[in-house]
Amino acid sequence: MALLEIKNLKKYYDTPGGKLHAVDNVTISIEKGKTLGVVGESGCGKSTLGKTLIRMEEATSGEIYFDGTDVTKMSLRAFKQMRTRMQMIFQDPYASLDPRMSVSALIAEPIKTYRLAKDKKAMEQKVFELMDTVGLARRLANVYPHELDGGRRQRIGIARALALNPEFIVCDEPVSALDVSIQAQILNLLMDLQRDKGLTYIFITHDMSVVKHISDAICVMYLGQVVEFCETKELFTNTMHPYSKALLSAIPVPSLNKKKERILLKGEITSPINPAKCCRFAKRCPHATELCRTSEPELVETSVKGHYVKCFRAEELTGEAQK
Amino acid sequence: MAAECKNILEVRNLVVHYETDEAVCEAVNDVSFDIGEGEILGLVGETGAGKTTIGLSIMGLLPKPPAHIVSGSIKLNGEEFIDEADDPKSFFDIAGKLKIKKVKKNTEKMFRTIRGKKITMMFQDPMTALNPVHYVGDQIAEVIKIHEKVSAAEAQKRACDMLEIVGIPAERYKEYPHQFSGGMKQRIIIAIALACHPDLIIADEPTTALDVTIQAQVLKMMKELQEKYKTSMIFITHDFGVVAEICSKCAVVYAGEIVEYGTLEHIFNQAQHPYTLGLFGSIPNLEDETDRLKPIAGLMPNPMNLPPYCSFYERCDRKCDECKKKNPQLVEVEPGHFVRCVFAECKGGENSGITGN
Repeated sequence: MALLEIKNLKKYYDTPGGKLHAVDNVTISIEKGKTLGVVGESGCGKSTLGKTLIRMEEATSGEIYFDGTDVTKMSLRAFKQMRTRMQMIFQDPYASLDPRMSVSALIAEPIKTYRLAKDKKAMEQKVFELMDTVGLARRLANVYPHELDGGRRQRIGIARALALNPEFIVCDEPVSALDVSIQAQILNLLMDLQRDKGLTYIFITHDMSVVKHISDAICVMYLGQVVEFCETKELFTNTMHPYSKALLSAIPVPSLNKKKERILLKGEITSPINPAKCCRFAKRCPHATELCRTSEPELVETSVKGHYVKCFRAEELTGEAQK
Repeated sequence: MAAECKNILEVRNLVVHYETDEAVCEAVNDVSFDIGEGEILGLVGETGAGKTTIGLSIMGLLPKPPAHIVSGSIKLNGEEFIDEADDPKSFFDIAGKLKIKKVKKNTEKMFRTIRGKKITMMFQDPMTALNPVHYVGDQIAEVIKIHEKVSAAEAQKRACDMLEIVGIPAERYKEYPHQFSGGMKQRIIIAIALACHPDLIIADEPTTALDVTIQAQVLKMMKELQEKYKTSMIFITHDFGVVAEICSKCAVVYAGEIVEYGTLEHIFNQAQHPYTLGLFGSIPNLEDETDRLKPIAGLMPNPMNLPPYCSFYERCDRKCDECKKKNPQLVEVEPGHFVRCVFAECKGGENSGITGN
């Protein structure tokens, strides 16, 4: 059963220039214990989607079913309890931690807020357990974040997210600020935690190789919309949407032997303010037709079960490629 | 072919320290490399490995103090850059009073004629590298005006040409940086870097701040322009994917030292240093299925407190007693492929490598 189901989720911002469509009509679902990767370029609405899910941003419209309950309809008081089950790990471990709190105070903060520890001793015990879980040495309990490197700081962020024993964690680019050797440590930690605690992740990133490594399913976003959504293996073997294809081909591969053909996109991501009613990728798409420029395709299931694509010509183009 | 070209830049035994009140930070230790005409050298390494410091010392842009070039030589087209009078002991006199360091005037003067003309640097963040209160076109024309005796109108015309070359319509000359997107700003920076047709460009993570699809556009353009003008380049990055894409040679930097140096073939297919191998093991692979990444355990040593032995010792999975006895030298294991590791020293024999030249 799906732990999280999102239906027609929209988040618009009012700007002087008009409505900014940050997240537009997103419908996805995540199975319990699995990882859903969300990829896309900067400004495509990935982070806004993540924040809207845990109601750090209020959705403009749409429904978010977490374990069967629509969280968007909940009162804030009721949602506060719900939030112990949904947590978030933030992108920048340099900016997301209060510089004036020590490591133990940072990790204890959520436990205090929800009054989960009986006394000081129980609290200390809990903090130490969490530090062990995320691989922080206990001697670091009284140091401040500025004394630590990015990898350790990110471990504090993870410990804070784990403090309330959540079932679901939104990971917003948790490794993009880290060096590759440290990045691998954190990715392994996240995967171990998932295995041991049965966590469900939404993993937001712009790094295709990371998302392939960690996710069970992937949704590719472009200008606030999901353009392709399917299982990881399916996406990498049978890419259908022209944007996903371009995105995959643009990744520099650290190998000399596999030189692949590159689809270079012309131009850049267009403005999400008052987008025209047409395929939002049409301007940069090498396969765009008149139809794409005048009407908007729906996210539909293709002939492959569980593979959703938002493109008029997806099946046709895949067919051509196979011939 | 590249090896036969004459060397544009020769760096020999470069040592750079940052001297603070508390400690000495050994940022660059004994770095040597050559760049031939039209070659692109990739400098790869983690944050704090000293990549940018190497770039800044070639540009003569190190903040002095605290930075200090302890020893070494940097030659561009055979011309020495480093001032002999740059002596660490002259920084404080015996009584402990701060002495104004004597920088030979001609060195700074020389650098002014070279920067922007013969060597240019592209900085990491296109959002902050441009001046927000000047037209982008004027920022390109400025370089031309300083280095070449041309009229303002001529400089403006050439700036327009440069804009067209990097794929921005010349009509956008009179626009401000904030009116451009990240990829476009990086193109303007490339235009500034190429404006005087320099011999060498130092590109410090030029595409790190960009999205992959934009990165692909910018890299393709850089490669084309580099081939067109036969410019040599130092490409500082932490992304092996980008190195495979654009570079012809590669140096892996760790704790201020080059630990492995060679052609792309050497680094990608025949890497020998445990750190290089570890880096490749840490990258999630798009092609193969891997269940678990193999991260390098631990962290880079503090540059204020480097061990007297191999700086990778603590994190190395092949460490032995021999490693703790001394700091290994960079040895040539096969022609053009250098490794700084005890195991390579055993195999490599007497060949002392480029450091011995």
